[in-house]
Amino acid sequence: MSMFSIFGVSGSAVSAQSQRLNVVASNMANADAVAGPDGQAYKARQVVFETVPMGSDASAGVKVRQVIESNEPMRKVHNPTHPMADAQGYVNQSNVNTVEEMVNMISASRSYQNNIEVMNTAKSLLLKTLQMGQ
Amino acid sequence: MFAQLTAGLDFNATALGLRSERQRLIASNIANADTPGYVARDIDFKQAMAEAIGGRQPRLAASTAGPTRPHPTHFALPGADGAIRGTPAQAGYTAQTQPAMDNNSVDMDRERANFVDNAVRYETTLRFINGYSRTILSAIQGQ
Repeated sequence: MSMFSIFGVSGSAVSAQSQRLNVVASNMANADAVAGPDGQAYKARQVVFETVPMGSDASAGVKVRQVIESNEPMRKVHNPTHPMADAQGYVNQSNVNTVEEMVNMISASRSYQNNIEVMNTAKSLLLKTLQMGQ
Repeated sequence: MFAQLTAGLDFNATALGLRSERQRLIASNIANADTPGYVARDIDFKQAMAEAIGGRQPRLAASTAGPTRPHPTHFALPGADGAIRGTPAQAGYTAQTQPAMDNNSVDMDRERANFVDNAVRYETTLRFINGYSRTILSAIQGQ
């Protein structure tokens, strides 16, 4: 109803963006990994955002619907001395594209900042409303 | 007599309600700046205000049937009669300024500008209300 629901909306966005940042961080950390949790080479992950109605119909928050794994082909590096090398001497590395991840990171952090600013503005407006008539 | 005394206050109170409504819509737009397929929404303040003080329930979306469309970037909503003030039926959809592959129509520059603009106008309305209440108080006290 009131402007209080801005905190719910922006809060959901901040939480979704921080989850996106988390996924970017794990992608960046595993950029050179040869084996993931399942024994296969690590696959890059991406979050998928979805709009969720918050309280009244007019305000729309956001949530992470799912985290998908990239189907890009694995990076093959010729390194016959590596313990994980196959019969041809190739090592399967993760399919993380570090340039894409950096762009993703900057985009997520800018969106995060925007939403924090929205909450700060809403907070100062509400505090001033509280002082109405004084 | 009291109706005259508080008429200005009522006007500003209506404006304040609509401003907070718009603030909420813009916050939703900014929150969904990265959501695929999200369409940004906004209200036409002038028309909403005119309808609110005209005694009718405001219908904020531009109507194609009407002679005027309030804002060129606002799409008309089919059958948006706006039964209750502040429902999404009144809010129009904004057009894409720079079409994106994921069909998200949030223009962050526009939304941020609108957000700051609306925040300042909200504060302005608040100050008007404070001024009015002070005027009324001094009239009552007669000092």
